[in-house]
Amino acid sequence: MAIKQISIFVENKEGKLVTITDSIANAGIDIRALSVADTQEFGIFRLIVTDPEKAKEALESSGCFVSITKVVGVSIPDEPGSLAKIVNILARHNINIEYMYAFITVSKKFASVVLRVADNEAAEKILTENGIRLLVEEDIVSM
Amino acid sequence: MQKRYFQPENETMPLDELKKLQDEKLVKQVKRVYENVKYYRDLMDEKGVSPDDIKGIDDLHKLPFLKKDDLREAYPFGLLASDLKDCVRIQSTSGTTGKRVVAFYTQNDVDLWEDCCARALVAAGATDEDVCQVCYGYGLFTGGAGLHGGSHKLGSLTLPMSSGNTDRQIQFMMDLGSTILCCTPSYAAYIGETLKEKGYKPEDNKLKMGIFGAEPWTEEMRRDIEKNLGIKAYDIYGLTELSGPGVAFECEEQRGMHINEDHFIAEIINPETGEVLPVGEKGELVFTSLDKEAFPLLRYRTRDICVLSREKCSCGRTFIRMTKPLGRSDDMMIIRGVNVFPSQIEAVLLNNGYAPNYQIIVDRINNTDTFDINVEMKDEDFSDIPINITNKEKALQAAMKTMLGINPKIHLVAPKSIERSEGKAVRIIDKRKRLGINV
Repeated sequence: MAIKQISIFVENKEGKLVTITDSIANAGIDIRALSVADTQEFGIFRLIVTDPEKAKEALESSGCFVSITKVVGVSIPDEPGSLAKIVNILARHNINIEYMYAFITVSKKFASVVLRVADNEAAEKILTENGIRLLVEEDIVSM
Repeated sequence: MQKRYFQPENETMPLDELKKLQDEKLVKQVKRVYENVKYYRDLMDEKGVSPDDIKGIDDLHKLPFLKKDDLREAYPFGLLASDLKDCVRIQSTSGTTGKRVVAFYTQNDVDLWEDCCARALVAAGATDEDVCQVCYGYGLFTGGAGLHGGSHKLGSLTLPMSSGNTDRQIQFMMDLGSTILCCTPSYAAYIGETLKEKGYKPEDNKLKMGIFGAEPWTEEMRRDIEKNLGIKAYDIYGLTELSGPGVAFECEEQRGMHINEDHFIAEIINPETGEVLPVGEKGELVFTSLDKEAFPLLRYRTRDICVLSREKCSCGRTFIRMTKPLGRSDDMMIIRGVNVFPSQIEAVLLNNGYAPNYQIIVDRINNTDTFDINVEMKDEDFSDIPINITNKEKALQAAMKTMLGINPKIHLVAPKSIERSEGKAVRIIDKRKRLGINV
């Protein structure tokens, strides 16, 4: 069920970001969402893209250190309280969120949230039981 | 009372007498080592040399060399020439793959070593009225123990500060009126900078001189230290394998370091062929210990490249002089006064599940050596959560500290990201060279 996130290790060095964006652009891949976690020394780029496998291949061939991370994607109404609702559900069930980020698609009716948790299946089960719609790979492509 | 020499009979011995003394001592020492040290006896037998072949220092070249590898091989007791019950001390350097160099001392060995350090202090102008602040590290490292012992021998008031805690160093220096500073040159420079920051002028301290060694430094650094602290800065040379600091020391001339030739014979060899080179030529320094009892090394290859000079010195000492080491004939680095071999770093990486794909970057910034190691991750080291990578860096740093005795900064980097020239990774980038430091 989980969706695939591209995670890229990037040293804080000149030109590193260009390599990433260029190789994704040249492979004709659309970026749906992007989040960066950074330290003084390096950053981890996290991307939701239309074709994760192809993106990984393209990035690797240009020398990037890449991995595919399974994350939970949910679709929530773009209105006050939506995010609070899912965070509350997870908190009630003691599911830790390692990190999360959200993005809005053109329709503007729904927002998408990417959640990184230790146990994807457990999180997905609880969210589904609480009536939250999970994103699947096809959703990402058709957005 | 101001003395010119600590042991004038030895230090100014006419050269013919000195040679005779060395001849006698060498013959005895070789016999003793042959009888007591199986490891070296085997080396001599293998080379077909017997103690009878050694009639004086002109026969020295016949003896086999000892290398650092031999010390590791024979670790810990294989080169011991005295009964363990007669030994009173060990000192040690960090070593490769967990095996350190451990040197043993009898009481006579400690006395000899401390005499050598006292000679160095007196040559710098020290007397029993001085206050000698020793901020070399104490413990297994020979720096602290050596100068501490020398200062005691001389009768100076000794401040056993050890390294670090600069605020406390400065407080003691000011309150007790230290007149001599003993530490690594980079720490001396650091103390100088700190004094300046705190608003002290060079004339505010009572320091007159400093004995600085255990790491490479330049004439430019010497001038900076002398200016900032208002002192005269002297160089000292030594290695744990022979005793510690004090194997050679500078006199007021400051033109090379006098080697204590009544205790140590110095040779210069071609590091490739092992051939002995004439005095004045550049090559690897080799030492033979004439008086050491517990750990008497014969023809020990220091890997330090230098030049010797027999030119007469105006200080009156007859002992031969050596230049500062001009480089190494192996890949050892001296970082913050500590000997570091790339092989040690490789051993830690392998023990901790990393491939030996790394790059060491050394620099000197604000008079302190910086020490960084880039290490390539393996695929399984990847994490999308930064703290996981940072924690791995911390764990590796702790393992390095245990092995090396100093803390490098570890940077995990992407696989295959360390540049390779002609397929071979450049292992060491020593940026201190830009400061003219011989590394």
